[in-house]
Amino acid sequence: MATDPTTTAPATTAEPATASAGPTATTPAASAPTKPSRKKGQSRWLTWGPPLGIAALIIAAAYIANAALGDRSFLLPAPHAVLAKLWDPTTAPDMWTAAWRTTVVSLTGLAIAIAIGVTWAIIMNQTKWMERALFPYAVMLQAIPILAITPLIGFWFGYDFTARVVVCVIIALFPMVSNTLFGLQSVERGMRELFQLQGASRGTVLRKLELPAALPAIFAGMRISAGLSVVGAIVGEFFFQRGTPGLGSLINKYSARLLSEELFASVLVASLLGVAIFLFFGWLGKRAVGKWYDFG
Amino acid sequence: MTTTDTTSVHTRAASLLSFEDVEMTFPDGTVALHSVNLDLKRGEFVTVVGPSGCGKSTLLRIASDLETPSHGEVALATDRIGYVFQDATLLPWRTTRRNVELLAELHGEAKDRRAAAAQETIDLVGLSGFEDHLPRQLSGGMRMRASLARSLTLDPEVFLFDEPFGALDEITRERLNDEVLRLFSEKKFAGLFITHSVSEAVYLSTRVIVMSGRPGTFVAEFEVPFDMPRDPEVRFTPEFAELVGEVSHALREAH
Ligand SMILES: Nc1ncnc2c1ncn2[C@@H]1O[C@H](COP(=O)(O)OP(=O)(O)OP(=O)(O)O)[C@@H](O)[C@H]1O
Ligand SMILES: [Mg+2]
Repeated sequence: MATDPTTTAPATTAEPATASAGPTATTPAASAPTKPSRKKGQSRWLTWGPPLGIAALIIAAAYIANAALGDRSFLLPAPHAVLAKLWDPTTAPDMWTAAWRTTVVSLTGLAIAIAIGVTWAIIMNQTKWMERALFPYAVMLQAIPILAITPLIGFWFGYDFTARVVVCVIIALFPMVSNTLFGLQSVERGMRELFQLQGASRGTVLRKLELPAALPAIFAGMRISAGLSVVGAIVGEFFFQRGTPGLGSLINKYSARLLSEELFASVLVASLLGVAIFLFFGWLGKRAVGKWYDFG
Repeated sequence: MTTTDTTSVHTRAASLLSFEDVEMTFPDGTVALHSVNLDLKRGEFVTVVGPSGCGKSTLLRIASDLETPSHGEVALATDRIGYVFQDATLLPWRTTRRNVELLAELHGEAKDRRAAAAQETIDLVGLSGFEDHLPRQLSGGMRMRASLARSLTLDPEVFLFDEPFGALDEITRERLNDEVLRLFSEKKFAGLFITHSVSEAVYLSTRVIVMSGRPGTFVAEFEVPFDMPRDPEVRFTPEFAELVGEVSHALREAH
């Protein structure tokens, strides 16, 4: 049988695929054992070095500005004083409870935005005219200045948890809709025809072809929406003061009382929360589709 | 669909695929095919060569009902058609095994039945040991073979190939040609194969058709006299070279 030449060929051809997954290939085979490790150390330095350098610059600039401001130094408190507030027993418990609250609001809003966004995109993907009918509203949603409609949201949904979540959903929805739609429509024509040739139904094409193909775009959308939902939660809390205070509530309170160290500390926590959620969804995306797609 | 299936039993010796005076004019006015007549019987392997853009892919798309001709009749006497596209079109999130299973899955076959069928065709194309690899972990030639295995699970009666090996190197292409020939001898389907390579055309087929430039029409036809489990050595005989020369000549005239 013709199996012997064919089984030996794959063994050699498969090699580059696994090798290319590592760091950049080096040409001379002899230097291979030492080079990769140095390259790895180098690349780690290249990923973490520059951003850490910028962080150091910003902190240094903050100290200089703080010193230069003299008796108006409350405008930009010293970094260590801000950090201290995160452990200070009088402020820290409030801040961490608020951070947890904000996390709950933004994750709830994000979950709803994902559900609505994916469904919306699937509906638009069914026919061209549905896309034409529904897409302008997705864009409009994106264009609404959120601050302009927060009073309305409070008015309709009360001034606590529900209203905060609604703000989140409105802010986080658009990337989910547009990314999912893009993903569903990114399927190659050849693959569609493969399904068409077997007489596959619309539902089968959606389940077995379009949705899996859209997953990378959906996860990329989730990562963007996740960051936005934290923004939404904080904006919501800033305006809707009923119920357990979140980071937005604290920011509102501290700025009204000119507690600048506490204000900076809560802004810092809010930013860290945004970054953590962004990283989490990046990790999730990589786990979900990283095997077959280079999820950045 | 079911009615064509029963007719195929009665038309065993007759043609499986026929084109009668087929024309294809696209909505934008491009005339891709002009008065094409074709008769493809079981046990025939017909190869079509022609200049780029003359309508060869369109021919296969019409044969498989992906496209409806603007004029003429197309009769396909089976619903078991295999179609190997120019690129492998494997789903990147599925392993080789799951990709090969796909068509049977779409036809609602039971899990163990389709797994068995997939394993059989994977072995047949020599991909054993790569069942759990993703397409990105396979070489171009291996992907093409997975695509071939996928079509084979349907046990097609009519097998369409659209320049499947055009992107591969000479050695891999020759090896895959031998595999196609072996499958052809084993499975006795009717083959319609598109290629740019004249020697590939002559080596594979029982009949070679030359198409003219757009609007594409059949301008010459050659019977290939060599026996059919085909001896690879036939490629180095003077008769083979002579036929390749004749086809090439006709192709040059058709441009
Ligand atoms: N959907 C379409 N709309 C308009 N014109 C088309 C369409 N599909 C194909 N054509 C035109 O029809 C002609 C034949 O196309 P086809 O793909 O069949 O060529 P081909 O012979 O397969 O070429 P190649 O060898 O390069 O693959 C081309 O001129 C192409 O531009
Ligand atoms: Mg083509």
